Amino acid sequence: MAEIVIKNLRKEFGDFTAVQSSSFIIADGEFFMLLGPSGCGKTTTLRMIAGLELPTSGEIWLDGEEVSQLPASKRDIAFVFQMFALYPHMNVRKNISYPLVSQGMSASAVKAKVSEIADILGIQDILDRPVSGLSGGDRQRVALGRAIVRDPKAFMMDEPLGALDAEFRERMAEELRALHDRMGATTVYVTHDQLEAMQMGDKIVVMNHGVVEQFGKPQDIYDKPATMFVADFIGSPPMNFLRFEGAIAAGATQVQVGDQSIDVPGALEPADGKLVLGVRPEHVSFSDDGVYRGRVIATEYLGTTQIITLETSHGEVKARIASDTSMRIGEQVALQFDRSTLTVFDADSGRALRSELNDGEI
Amino acid sequence: MSTSVTDPSSSQKWIAGTLVIAYALITIAPLIWIFMTGFKTPPDSISYPPKVVFEPSLEGYVNLFTTRTRLSEAELQALPAPDNFADEIVRNRGMVIVGPSRFGERFLNSVIIGFGSTFLSIFLGTLAAYAFSRFKIPFTDDLMFFILSTRMMPPIAVAIPIFLMYRELGLSDTHLGMILLYTAVNISLAVWLLKGFIDEIPREYEEAALIDGYTRFQAFYKVVLPQAATGIASTAIFCLIFAWNEYAFAVLLTSGTAQTAPPFIPTIIGIGGLDWPAVAAGATVFLLPVMIFTIMLRKHLLRGITFGAVRK
Ligand SMILES: Nc1ncnc2c1ncn2[C@@H]1O[C@H](COP(=O)(O)OP(=O)(O)OP(=O)(O)O)[C@@H](O)[C@H]1O
Ligand SMILES: [Mg+2]
Repeated sequence: MAEIVIKNLRKEFGDFTAVQSSSFIIADGEFFMLLGPSGCGKTTTLRMIAGLELPTSGEIWLDGEEVSQLPASKRDIAFVFQMFALYPHMNVRKNISYPLVSQGMSASAVKAKVSEIADILGIQDILDRPVSGLSGGDRQRVALGRAIVRDPKAFMMDEPLGALDAEFRERMAEELRALHDRMGATTVYVTHDQLEAMQMGDKIVVMNHGVVEQFGKPQDIYDKPATMFVADFIGSPPMNFLRFEGAIAAGATQVQVGDQSIDVPGALEPADGKLVLGVRPEHVSFSDDGVYRGRVIATEYLGTTQIITLETSHGEVKARIASDTSMRIGEQVALQFDRSTLTVFDADSGRALRSELNDGEI
Repeated sequence: MSTSVTDPSSSQKWIAGTLVIAYALITIAPLIWIFMTGFKTPPDSISYPPKVVFEPSLEGYVNLFTTRTRLSEAELQALPAPDNFADEIVRNRGMVIVGPSRFGERFLNSVIIGFGSTFLSIFLGTLAAYAFSRFKIPFTDDLMFFILSTRMMPPIAVAIPIFLMYRELGLSDTHLGMILLYTAVNISLAVWLLKGFIDEIPREYEEAALIDGYTRFQAFYKVVLPQAATGIASTAIFCLIFAWNEYAFAVLLTSGTAQTAPPFIPTIIGIGGLDWPAVAAGATVFLLPVMIFTIMLRKHLLRGITFGAVRK
């Protein structure tokens, strides 16, 4: 078990930069999510930590040792591949015992260890089957078995649930999280699914175009997005952006959006020019004394809640409200935003302005 | 029964089946004729009209493996009774066996040179193909093209330079010389075929092995090689067939010690003309190793010659 510290990690492929000076810390025993859209450099980052790719520059500290130039076989890190990469010419038992064989463990010890792992994962009955006929879930378990069998310092998982169908994903996600809680092993988990990241992770790093946008607890990332990218990427539907031109002084508690003034958390830094007010859909409410007006253009029923899409003078706004409130398309309504949850962004840099809510720590 | 639109209809299957069987019969007919001729007596083999039904005889095989000499009636009478079936067959023609023929030696040469060059082509080809497939090698495309270009003219076009070169180097009529020559011809095919197969093996398998604590060579040896077995088997068959059947270079470069079977078989001359049953017997024996090798590997071959198109 180990702490992993990433310092200014950078990876170039020719003249393309896949990862640009990333820095973050993965605490011992943490379930850590690397989240971002396709092609943002998550896999590349993970592969650098595991030693399958050597960084162009930067440091990787594993358990107090700088390992960035060490070969994978010397790092004692396990990796669960997206398509599992089970050795096709070996049966389940051989696959799981393969990492032990490389350590020169005796046959009887290997047997005992494999059996123990099979019990944990509930795959005793398929141990002697070839891997080619296994279902997705069983492949997943075998891949996990191969990873946990040698008690590595840390686990790397590259979209391990990506190859499973939706129903099964949820169950495997729970199994994975339970397995982690039981073993307490440092785990780095790559996903592009923000829900998965929020559900499973102790901490999340959000990446975009090879850049770390934000790094923190799921709750903090959701409530206090550091950039417009994060605000947009996390949450479904994502945060509403009201774009406006204006100015905000340090200490101000209101912004002027068009001709309406909206209460916001006290600003800690001044800004002017193109600004964006960010509101989560669940922080929009309908109230007759609301200052902001809109017209209902669509409703989407989701069971306990519904999503109302409104047309306003500053673009579309989505609101999440209880599904028992009935809304008619075309209806004019007054909106109210929950003051303490609002974020103001600088439109050009996409950065959140520091405020009483969001003090800019990432 | 499946009724998918991409499945052939039963009449299409029937026509295709008939064509395949007809083609198989046409191509196999000469082989059957050779096989039968091997078991005929010399007069039967040249009788007209050709005999389809005949009394089988091992004379061709005896003649293939022995040298004989003709004796006078009196000398034959003086000999003790023949002690095996071969002697008996030969005596009936007024001859006695004086020793083994050179066919055994030639056949062994074919085995050494054919399998030796196949092994070497596969060994070098696999390593080269793996390197081209997995590592960033400068000018990969140019190198691959260069390797292919060695096959852009028929090898025999360079026969004269090779003949002179081999004479200078002392490689003429040696096993090593023939193994090197056939390897040189086969290696481009081996590299190209094997690179295609290795490209299809996902890198994740090797990476999993690296993660599991194995070195790169161990990963290659224990994970890539078993996965490439299909490709290696089919490539080996192609290489063996070429080296085994090669005639022109064998005629040109070998005469004594390293002569292979192909140039030898047509020279089997019986007394009073070509001994067709012996030639046919030689051809039959000569076909066996390639057939056995191919049958042994046919499981791989069937998947292999579709070049990985039907993986999983
Ligand atoms: N070996 C390589 N050579 C060149 N470019 C590469 C290489 N590996 C990755 N890249 C590029 O680096 C970028 C980041 O790739 P990476 O695989 O890390 O993305 P990702 O975040 O894992 O995306 P996905 O969600 O699609 O898996 C991509 O644009 C990719 O094309
Ligand atoms: Mg990826």
